[in-house]
Amino acid sequence: MDLLSPQLATVAGEPYYQPVGDEVGLFEAAYRQRLPVLLKGPTGCGKTRFVEFMAWRLKRPLVTVACHDDLTTADLVGRYLIVGEQTVWMDGPLTAAVRAGAICYLDEVVEARKDTTVIIHPLTDSRRVLAVDKRGELVPAPDNFMLVISYNPGYQSVLKEIKPSTRQRFIALDFDYPAADLESRIVAAEGGVDEALARKLVKLGELTRNLKGQGLDEGASTRLLVHAAQIVSAGRTPIEAATAAVARALTDDPDMTETLDDLVRAVF
Amino acid sequence: MLFASPSHRSVTRLAAALELLTRAQQEQVLRWAAVAAKTYAEIGHLLAALAPKAFEMLDADGFDAWVLAALDAYDRQGLRLAMDQLRNLEAFCAARAGTPVARLAEVEGRLARFLQGLSGRPLAVRAGAVPCTDTETIFLPELLAAHPDASANRQLYKAMATLLWAQTRFGTFKVNLETELASWSDRARALGWLSLLEAVRLDTRIAQELPGLAAEMASLRGPWPDVLAPALDRLARLDATVSDSLELLSSFMAGSGVPPRLTFVGTLDPAAAWRVRAERIERESQVLRKALGALKGTRGRKTGGEPPLTFTPGDEGGPLEFRLDGEAVALPPEAMAAAQSLIQDLGAVPPEALTPAGPGAWLPTDKEGAGPELVADRKADFRYDEWDYHRQAYRRGWCHVYEMPVRDGDPAYVREVCGRYSALIRQIRRRFEIVRGEDRMLGRQPEGEEIDLDALVEALADRRGGAEPSERMFCRRVRNERSLAAMFMVDMSGSTKGWINDAEREALIMLCEGIESLGDAYAIYGFSGWTRTRCDIYRIKSFGEPYDEAVRSRIAGIEAKDYTRMGVAIRHLTKLLAAQPVRHKLLVTLSDGRPDDFGDEYRGNYGIEDTRHALLEAREQGIRSYCVTIDRHGADYLKHMYGPAGYTVLDDVKKLPLKLADIYRRLTAN
Repeated sequence: MDLLSPQLATVAGEPYYQPVGDEVGLFEAAYRQRLPVLLKGPTGCGKTRFVEFMAWRLKRPLVTVACHDDLTTADLVGRYLIVGEQTVWMDGPLTAAVRAGAICYLDEVVEARKDTTVIIHPLTDSRRVLAVDKRGELVPAPDNFMLVISYNPGYQSVLKEIKPSTRQRFIALDFDYPAADLESRIVAAEGGVDEALARKLVKLGELTRNLKGQGLDEGASTRLLVHAAQIVSAGRTPIEAATAAVARALTDDPDMTETLDDLVRAVF
Repeated sequence: MLFASPSHRSVTRLAAALELLTRAQQEQVLRWAAVAAKTYAEIGHLLAALAPKAFEMLDADGFDAWVLAALDAYDRQGLRLAMDQLRNLEAFCAARAGTPVARLAEVEGRLARFLQGLSGRPLAVRAGAVPCTDTETIFLPELLAAHPDASANRQLYKAMATLLWAQTRFGTFKVNLETELASWSDRARALGWLSLLEAVRLDTRIAQELPGLAAEMASLRGPWPDVLAPALDRLARLDATVSDSLELLSSFMAGSGVPPRLTFVGTLDPAAAWRVRAERIERESQVLRKALGALKGTRGRKTGGEPPLTFTPGDEGGPLEFRLDGEAVALPPEAMAAAQSLIQDLGAVPPEALTPAGPGAWLPTDKEGAGPELVADRKADFRYDEWDYHRQAYRRGWCHVYEMPVRDGDPAYVREVCGRYSALIRQIRRRFEIVRGEDRMLGRQPEGEEIDLDALVEALADRRGGAEPSERMFCRRVRNERSLAAMFMVDMSGSTKGWINDAEREALIMLCEGIESLGDAYAIYGFSGWTRTRCDIYRIKSFGEPYDEAVRSRIAGIEAKDYTRMGVAIRHLTKLLAAQPVRHKLLVTLSDGRPDDFGDEYRGNYGIEDTRHALLEAREQGIRSYCVTIDRHGADYLKHMYGPAGYTVLDDVKKLPLKLADIYRRLTAN
């Protein structure tokens, strides 16, 4: 017993996903051609949900890694553990995904340390292997393995940019907040509220997005609007829900909070 | 003595009137008169003259507030309004005593952000006699007291602003109202009726988009006056336009009725609106055409004939889609905003704006601000508040800041200094390298990427020997990140001429050599100036710039200029520093003396207190300040400004180059 690899499960039920454009077809084409995919878009616009949906559609297990700035290579690839007087190798999520032929989704990949992103390079070109240095092992990726990464180009910090040598390996899909009609439908379906209230929430979302760069880093995401709808369907008033789920969630700045409260009251 | 400058004033009569006040009141009047006279002698005089009357109506606190309001008015709008403010004692008392008022100054920022949220197109908010808009600026009265409580008055501001926003959003100015109104001889009455009719029409539109806000507005105004009843049905339709209002206007003008006054309905300024709108359409068409021209250029398609470009507007407020020769194209954000704005004004993008501009490529430098006329009248780049310790209040937008690069000096100077101090520079670099942040392996950790063999062997030995083994058997790599940005603020006042200036330049060169080996983000700015209307900030090295030949020749070009108005320089550089995405921020001032400016105003305590306040503001933004000075008397006032551990006084200017790098290293060592 010198190797442990976590068991991976496929996505059980169909996740709710409302296609916006041709992203489903493009993703499937990339999967068939064994090409990795990069998802770009602001926070809460449905990137993660899309990957879950595609994993379900393609009947592959899904491994999601939320990247952070202390994520090391070992966190992805694996490490030795000590069991009794022996060492045991424990596969990291990436290695496990490669062995199982899963979809590996590295969320917010720019947050990870620079040296971490380099280990995915051999997986993303024709070699399709993962080098596990510490074991001296090259793990070949089966045809049904797929790598998906995401990043948010909205945070324009120089430190958080994705290197061209990395980004030019991916099929890139652009995500944005859906148009008002579609977004209302999503909010209504996910939040369990009627169309009229969903429209008002989406209107509020639009108004906050007008303030992007004027004191807000980001406007309200679709996710926040869905949260607000869910709070309403749990029995709170729309104003309470929008204040807590949208206005307070967007900023700490007292002036901006005031403005957002004004907008909430204007819409409801 | 206080009122010496308008010397012809009858001081005797003033003194006689003041004699009737209590001792405490007299002292209060004299103190404020002195403060006000420093701002403007006339204000001091008027204040003293009105004081007896003021004390009949106000208590001591009220008196303070009355004077401060006048001084504030002076800073913002000049002498005439300040004098009006003082004379209008009754209004001030009403505002203070019973009738709660709302002031534009209090709600301005909130309104501006609110409007930005509503429209996406920025609308400026300014003070004006009557509420109206020219489609880019919304004018609102300085003060509102129509309702018996302040929050209702603030809501009234919001209602007024919303209605004016709606005029620009829902097409009140889509037709030229100037010509439409020309047929009426009683223009004022026509404007009054039209404003009302439009208010009714826009109310429907607002209610549809923003029901909460419409309800708030309706509760402020109550039901529409009965005279408007014949118009209500027609204007409540969602497809009603300004033409409906104009048609209805005829029937109202046919009667003899005078339009009723509704508090939140302002007026219309058709001439200004039409002019501003035409200018904007022209400007935005140009932006769009240039962007299209650039796109066209990059695609190398055929030119001539039909406009090859079409666009399809999305749903209401939805995204626009442009197609060039049948292919969807993405426009740069400013062109997209221009197109959205044109649709707001015209309902569609005009065909002439869809013809790409000639072969001249679209250059981002074409943006406004580059025109020579703007340079000529020298509009201030920034304006900052200043702390007036006499008043214990800020003077708003008081200092005018101009930012410019230092004129290049001789780059050979830097080489010469580097040569002269080469041994020292090597030493500085070596010392700096020691503190440089690098990855370290931490042994004996409970978890980590690798096994710590030493710890493992020890643990096994412990276990065999019967002792409890440690669980810490892994190594973990940690980053020693120096997340730090430093701003160096260099005194370029006249007093630094000669030795001090040389020492400053040498110190900066050695500092740069040292920091370069550390890799910290740093910037160097000089400051000098001549009164509050000319505070110059000289850019020597900005944060993004590398330490290159251009920076070196700017360091060589640092020269002694005029005065040291320190507070405003700290505020400006604080703003630049605060924008840096790092954890620790440090502001280091190099100076040769206390804050000073031309004239008596800034000299002494005023300057020291203002600087202290600027530093406190910096601290609130998470910036640590430090001062290096060669003023031997520095200890007297620096402790007050920078705190006991926030400064170094050098007794010999020649030590500055050696010390500065060392001080920086000490300050930032972890």
